[in-house]
Amino acid sequence: MFAYIVRRILYAIPILVGVNLITFALFFIVNTPDDMARMQLGAKRVTPEAIEKWKAERGYDLPLVWNASAEGSAKATGTIFFQKSVRLFVFDFGFSEDKRDIAGEIRARMWPSLALALPVFLVGLAVCITFALLMAFFRASYLDFWGVVACVAMMSISTLFYIIGGQYLASKIWHLVPISGYAGGLDAVRFLILPVVIGVVGGIGASSRWYRTLFLEEMGKDYVRTARAKGLTEGVVLFRHVLKNAMIPILTGVVVVIPTLFLGSLLMESFFGIPGLGSYTIDAIQAQDFSVVRSMVFIGSVFYIVGLILTDISYTVVDPRIRLE
Amino acid sequence: MRTLLLLLVFLTGCGEVWNDPYPVADRGKNVLYSVFAERPKHLDPAQSYTSDEAVFTRQVYEPPLQYHYLKRPYELIPLTAAEIPVPRLVEKSGITYSVYDIRIKPGIKYQPHPGFIAENLSLKKQIIEDLQSPYDLPLGTRELTADDYVYQIKRLAHPQLHSPIFGLMAEYIVGLREYAGRLQKAARPGQWLDLREHPLEGVERVDAQTYRITLKGRYPQFVYWLAMPFFAPMPWEADRFFQQAGMLQKNFTLDWWPVGTGPYMLSRNDPNARMVLERNPNFRGEAYPSEGEAGDAQRGLLADAGKTMPFIDRAVYTREKESIPLWNKFLQGYYDLSGIASDSFDQAVRVSVEGEATLSPEMEARGIRLDTSIAPTIFYLGANWLDPVIGGVSGGDSAERARKLRQALAIAVDWEEYLSIFANGRGVPSHSPVAPGIFGYRDGAEGLNPLTHAWKDGKAQRRPIEAAKQLLAEAGYPDGRDAKTGQPLVLYLDSTSRGPGDKAVVDWWRKQFAKLSVQFEPRQTDWNRFQEKLRKGSTQLFIVGWSADYPDPENFMFLLHGAQSRAKTQGENASNYLNPEFDALFERMRNMPSGPERQKIIDRMTDIFRRDAPWIGGFHPKNFALFHSWLGNAKANEMSDNKLKYLRVDAAKREALRREWNQPVLWPSVLLFLLLMLSIVPAVISYKKREQMAARTVS
Repeated sequence: MFAYIVRRILYAIPILVGVNLITFALFFIVNTPDDMARMQLGAKRVTPEAIEKWKAERGYDLPLVWNASAEGSAKATGTIFFQKSVRLFVFDFGFSEDKRDIAGEIRARMWPSLALALPVFLVGLAVCITFALLMAFFRASYLDFWGVVACVAMMSISTLFYIIGGQYLASKIWHLVPISGYAGGLDAVRFLILPVVIGVVGGIGASSRWYRTLFLEEMGKDYVRTARAKGLTEGVVLFRHVLKNAMIPILTGVVVVIPTLFLGSLLMESFFGIPGLGSYTIDAIQAQDFSVVRSMVFIGSVFYIVGLILTDISYTVVDPRIRLE
Repeated sequence: MRTLLLLLVFLTGCGEVWNDPYPVADRGKNVLYSVFAERPKHLDPAQSYTSDEAVFTRQVYEPPLQYHYLKRPYELIPLTAAEIPVPRLVEKSGITYSVYDIRIKPGIKYQPHPGFIAENLSLKKQIIEDLQSPYDLPLGTRELTADDYVYQIKRLAHPQLHSPIFGLMAEYIVGLREYAGRLQKAARPGQWLDLREHPLEGVERVDAQTYRITLKGRYPQFVYWLAMPFFAPMPWEADRFFQQAGMLQKNFTLDWWPVGTGPYMLSRNDPNARMVLERNPNFRGEAYPSEGEAGDAQRGLLADAGKTMPFIDRAVYTREKESIPLWNKFLQGYYDLSGIASDSFDQAVRVSVEGEATLSPEMEARGIRLDTSIAPTIFYLGANWLDPVIGGVSGGDSAERARKLRQALAIAVDWEEYLSIFANGRGVPSHSPVAPGIFGYRDGAEGLNPLTHAWKDGKAQRRPIEAAKQLLAEAGYPDGRDAKTGQPLVLYLDSTSRGPGDKAVVDWWRKQFAKLSVQFEPRQTDWNRFQEKLRKGSTQLFIVGWSADYPDPENFMFLLHGAQSRAKTQGENASNYLNPEFDALFERMRNMPSGPERQKIIDRMTDIFRRDAPWIGGFHPKNFALFHSWLGNAKANEMSDNKLKYLRVDAAKREALRREWNQPVLWPSVLLFLLLMLSIVPAVISYKKREQMAARTVS
């Protein structure tokens, strides 16, 4: 397994280079260094000299990807792409265009994101699996029928509706929790109750339907009939045998998400005033802050690759027949 | 279950509110609660320029002058200066110089700051790494001196700071441009540049309380700049403190932690969530104004006359990106003041047939007050003077045709309707470049644009579309077609409106042009390309805005000055308008004191502007502000942002009303819980039945 993990990590390097290159190309197709300077310097009274100075100070006066006027290797290294990319691979994110420490910003914003995303993920997973197992248990009954109807209805409703509706009822009308905001420590709980509930409820529809399909497929297999024939209770059949055997497709979708929980949720964090990472990238795109954009895309890619590796490892845990070689 | 219910009933009976977003310990305290939407980019006075930043910087930094809080029109008064400086005109080698001697009041002290303790100026790296806040270090203070003002003006030319006003000030302050060049050479990466060692010719210390600024030529508007944080004092110790190695990595910079002599100091800077201003314990105190405009006394705005400010101990600004939570928290009493978003407008305000805005009954029942003010801002539909169809087209017959075309459009584009549909009536159509409340603006019948409006029944009424059609025909486009070629006239509007919500606006524009049978083509683009087109002068029609830096007509009229052409000089004249007579009048007007003669010139400039119509109408936005009943001394002031010191909060009243408005309603939650339990019962019964069911034979 160790060799496999090392191999996957080595595979990740060209992937990350590619992602970085695509991010770079997409960003600079839309924005020029001059545009970035104007955005940072403001809309009023910006002089061409100030723009040139801003660019020179941050290295945006270099050619984008090929420095024809340089000699030797400097043709490639004396470029914006190289200068801005190479340090990412040692996780040195540097400073944003307005001179804030990006790593410090990520560290500060990561925990509020995690405080919201982790409970939503764990509680949501438990609720969805339980609900899906119940529907599978009561398959072809009115409970199953109405459960599926409820799932379709819930997955058809926009997340925004859950958020605004939840805030309207729980905070505005019933005055049970703060409508938005955040605090550190245990005080965070009262700010997180509503977004967590909304996050869980908003995810029930799609996930439960998907899990129900997986469970129904498993329940038609021979080993389930054998388990029942042995006299096991339905609960044991479902939770011990069906759930375990349906784990591979569940893990495929779930484990990969775990590392990205740090990256937060744009909508939830914006509406609930949670100072997480959710809006960091969007804010950076709007502010044409390439340093933050490239860092966040890089981290997102790393997390995604880690998630995929963890998924592969998790297969070996739930299914001993799988070996990573 | 019973215990839970009892607990809920008990908690409700206590009168405790559950949705209070603030710590319990802060209840009843003398704190102001407000919001900010955009994280401030710069808090360094050399760089900060936006209103988002001014909310914080203006409470901390004290430039020599400020605007009177209550009087209108806006009036400059001393802040740290002993008096308003009057320039001396000096002639040297045939050149006129304006010399400002600015004397500051004695005894003004800085907020507590670690930079004022000598040991903190040479900290070990480990100590810096362990710091959570610069205020964790021992704090000191010292008296404000003239040197601090000199130091800050030098910072405008600092090579690592990008002061937005450097370009402008370099044209006036003697030696500033050359000074920037010298600093560029002297600067070493990673090393503090001690500006005290580099004298600046045009700015000098006279004595400990006086400094002198020498300007090239006359620049009467310079005093307005002295009311902005660009000219606030900066102690060299603070600059030195933040330049220590390791500070930048901790976000400990002047751009993050402002240092000033103002009534408040920034004690928490978390622009993702919350910014907190605390009362500066070293603040000298300042008397609340005892004069205002008519009606201020009746509104209770003079009740605190002569009392020592500030009144509030702390101000907490919470970041709210979305308007819905912001509005609901304001209604719940968790924000003391608020603007009105479009989607909440109908809930908050009723607009009468006469156009007068009043509060809705729901707002009145809560004791909320409404204050409106017209911003010193203009949004306009600009015509590019370089365009061969609608621009100036270099004199002669074609120039006259283009002028009539612009005049026809100026009648056809119904800005009153635009404001009514898209801005809830929050704005007034512009009849001249100068905004209401600024010297040079004329109100009523004498202020209307006679080419586009007529004064009827005591109000301005837009001229009929037939008048526009007549002008269009005279321009050579009868029924929207070129009289010579028969081709339809197509006009292009560049804009950044690209979202699905902007379709209604684009349709409205199409309708305006369709009134004249002119074909309309929107050219929607992103902000970068739009700005690029303006810089290259490749637009035809476009919409831009300008918010005044100071309340002087020069700050509006310069938007039409030929020397400010965006395409030619990258200036602020986005329409590249060029009229030698207008320019000559501008040159005369800009340096004159406000009075009848200046007014006469402005009137003439306005007439030229109306006739040439380089802007095809526009509007001045009207700001609506709502204040809770417990917030005292609140008055809209569009020029001055240092308002916090004037405000007063009745914390006990706020606490009582918050309790009254936010009592938890529990029965729906209990009902939901019971329904959920009930829905589980059949499932449990069914499960048990199945478990006990005997095996069946499937036929």
